[in-house]
Amino acid sequence: MDLNSALELDTGRLTSHDDLNQLRRQIIESQDPDRPQIIVCHGTGCMANGSPKVTRAFETALKAAGIDAKVMPGIKKTGCQGFCSRGPLVLIKPRGLFYQHVKPEDVEEIVQKTILGNEPVERLLYKDPKTGETIETEEEIPFYNLQKRVVLHNIGKIDPTDICDTIAMGGYQALAKAISTMTPEQVVAEIEKSGLRGRGGAGFPTGRKWRGALQAVKKKGGPVYVVVNGDEGDPGAFMDRTIMEGDPHSVLEGLILGAYALGAQKGYLYVRAEYPLAIKHLEMAMQQARAYGLLGENILNSGFSFDAQINRGAGAFVCGESTALFTSIEGKPGNPRPKYVRSVEEGLWGKPTVLNNVETWANVPLIIDKGADWYGALGVPTSTGTKVFSLVGKVNNVGLVEVPMGTPLATIVEKIGGGVPNGKPFKAVQTGGPSGGCLPYNLKDLPVDFDSLTKAGSMMGSGAMIVMDDRDCVVDVARYFLRFLEEESCGKCLPCRLGLTRMREILDNFSHGCGSETDIEDLTSLSQAIQDGALCALGSSAPNPALTTIKFFRDEYIAHVRDHKCPAGVCKELITYSIDPDACTGCRSCARQCPQGCISGEKKKPHQIDTDQCIRCGICMETCKFDAVRVI
Amino acid sequence: MPYQSGIIERILDRYPAQPEYLIFLLQDIQADCGFISSTSMQRVSDHTGVPVTQAYSVATFYQSFRLEPHGEHEIRVCLGTACHLKGGQRIVEQVERRLGIGPGETTEDMMFTLDTVNCVGACALAPVMVIDDEYESNITAGKVEKILKKLQQD
Repeated sequence: MDLNSALELDTGRLTSHDDLNQLRRQIIESQDPDRPQIIVCHGTGCMANGSPKVTRAFETALKAAGIDAKVMPGIKKTGCQGFCSRGPLVLIKPRGLFYQHVKPEDVEEIVQKTILGNEPVERLLYKDPKTGETIETEEEIPFYNLQKRVVLHNIGKIDPTDICDTIAMGGYQALAKAISTMTPEQVVAEIEKSGLRGRGGAGFPTGRKWRGALQAVKKKGGPVYVVVNGDEGDPGAFMDRTIMEGDPHSVLEGLILGAYALGAQKGYLYVRAEYPLAIKHLEMAMQQARAYGLLGENILNSGFSFDAQINRGAGAFVCGESTALFTSIEGKPGNPRPKYVRSVEEGLWGKPTVLNNVETWANVPLIIDKGADWYGALGVPTSTGTKVFSLVGKVNNVGLVEVPMGTPLATIVEKIGGGVPNGKPFKAVQTGGPSGGCLPYNLKDLPVDFDSLTKAGSMMGSGAMIVMDDRDCVVDVARYFLRFLEEESCGKCLPCRLGLTRMREILDNFSHGCGSETDIEDLTSLSQAIQDGALCALGSSAPNPALTTIKFFRDEYIAHVRDHKCPAGVCKELITYSIDPDACTGCRSCARQCPQGCISGEKKKPHQIDTDQCIRCGICMETCKFDAVRVI
Repeated sequence: MPYQSGIIERILDRYPAQPEYLIFLLQDIQADCGFISSTSMQRVSDHTGVPVTQAYSVATFYQSFRLEPHGEHEIRVCLGTACHLKGGQRIVEQVERRLGIGPGETTEDMMFTLDTVNCVGACALAPVMVIDDEYESNITAGKVEKILKKLQQD
């Protein structure tokens, strides 16, 4: 679809489902399926790697090539295609060639060879690291073909800033269908039947939440509000950002459907301030939806009116918590409140409120369009549908992955993720962010669904999956998450405010090689007290990383406190750097970089580190090209 | 620009005089002026009817608000989990050593402000450093040196 297609086509307000279908047909007919198209990933990862420069290079090269206007390829900028570690990514349609690590210098060759000559540029194609085989298209790459992209189906295909692209792919069909053929009650019933559970972390059944709000309205009266939780704060998580950036209409359509089902007239999208592109794309999506009569007054002439606004977060992790998010929308500091009364009864402005996560809302149109039975058949009976994960850390294929619920952990990390870079088995996978837990390698066959993860002591969380290898220390990781949550604790309740600080102090001691085995027990009992006593989920789930690492990696804790050793070689106080004289070539690059100036040795002769002066910054190890710096 | 009444008035005009728009106003002022001065805080308080003490409570609760001017270049080092595992903390220490400031601080010549961020979501590029909204990927101590040198020369 051309960028200006929205202007060429009928931009009038749509007044019925037929109108929408007609527009969709018009858009599809205006597209030539054989016309070459260059799709450049403009997700945050690829953009940071230089994809805007690649796009500009294509524009220049195409102009210079003097291609006839009729066959001139279109250039499309899409949201994140998921395979971030291979970016910038470029897809050439209709053949579907998948080019990775594309630089502006490669563009001329792509235009000459592929666009004009219909030949692939071999060196830019994906090579399977295991078989060494060259793969031409996205569909054949294991990273993609082992996934089931349902929520992400549009991302990487559509231009998120053009509503026509979304409509051509079937966007707003679910809304039109619901408004013209279903009662609000039927919409709620369909969501209940689908078994959809909240993707934000806790996995509460979405249908039950909606039902609760309807009952509250009946009891206490309205209005009712619908809210999108786009405050994706878990470090290492970028699923929601990708959905908001790459397919903003899916979130918006879900929200409008929710509003129709619940009788809401006003909605809010609370989006993290660190996601400026998501905010921009959502704003554009809302403007375009309003212009087409899909949002605002009298949607599709049905008499149903609903509008929404975007609230930018201001940098507080706790605002991902429902009640904190509401107080933030009200313009106050984001302090959570005790939930004796549920937020479906008293939420925003004290009124019944349905708050769902971005991915949850994006699932709603799919369920309404294809039916609860179709949806229920995906995944496992107690966790239906798919889940999007961000696979990061020590894994070859860093990126965004969508799989059916219940997929074994090893399939995600080893088959789709391609395993850890050093070829060894992974040591642990942290799921659920700072509130989740660390799963060891021997749980690699664990099905990844809400209940299995909780049973193993972790949680689904929003879907961050952080892979660790044998160079990562679990004490350090537990300490990292605690420090994070200690910093982010709003300070309202004592168990969280002081308990987390005390836990972090104990872990600090461990990482310094101090403490005793009884401290490990103390840490466990303190964790339980915090779990029981904290006011909100930030506090009550905060001990999870420490508890699971103690449960699965007790030996490593004991090595710290009893033997004063950090087996992974991470905790600074417990390690020494040294230079292997056999491997050292005396190139002096470490000595030049050392901020302490404590590396000595003659040129072309093995060097030494003065361990008394060494601050263990690790720069020498990072600098050495010969792997001569060792950690003991 | 510490305080320019014209700018502040224009921003105030964008939103209704209601307490719920406090955060919107503070965000817009910061975007245009770089920080929120005490004078602008007073104006926002008068406009929204939120007592100035409460407006400060909001401004200090959320990490993104600044009450002091910041340096010409803003260096943000990501400390998300992926960056942490790949040595993000080492990068912070390297910048600290190089500039003699800690996170949240600005150099005396007002050239650089150093901050750490929880996660910028560019985990494939870890460790990541963001300089004035430009992402720098796979940062090493050597790259920090090069980047800072270049900025100081410009």
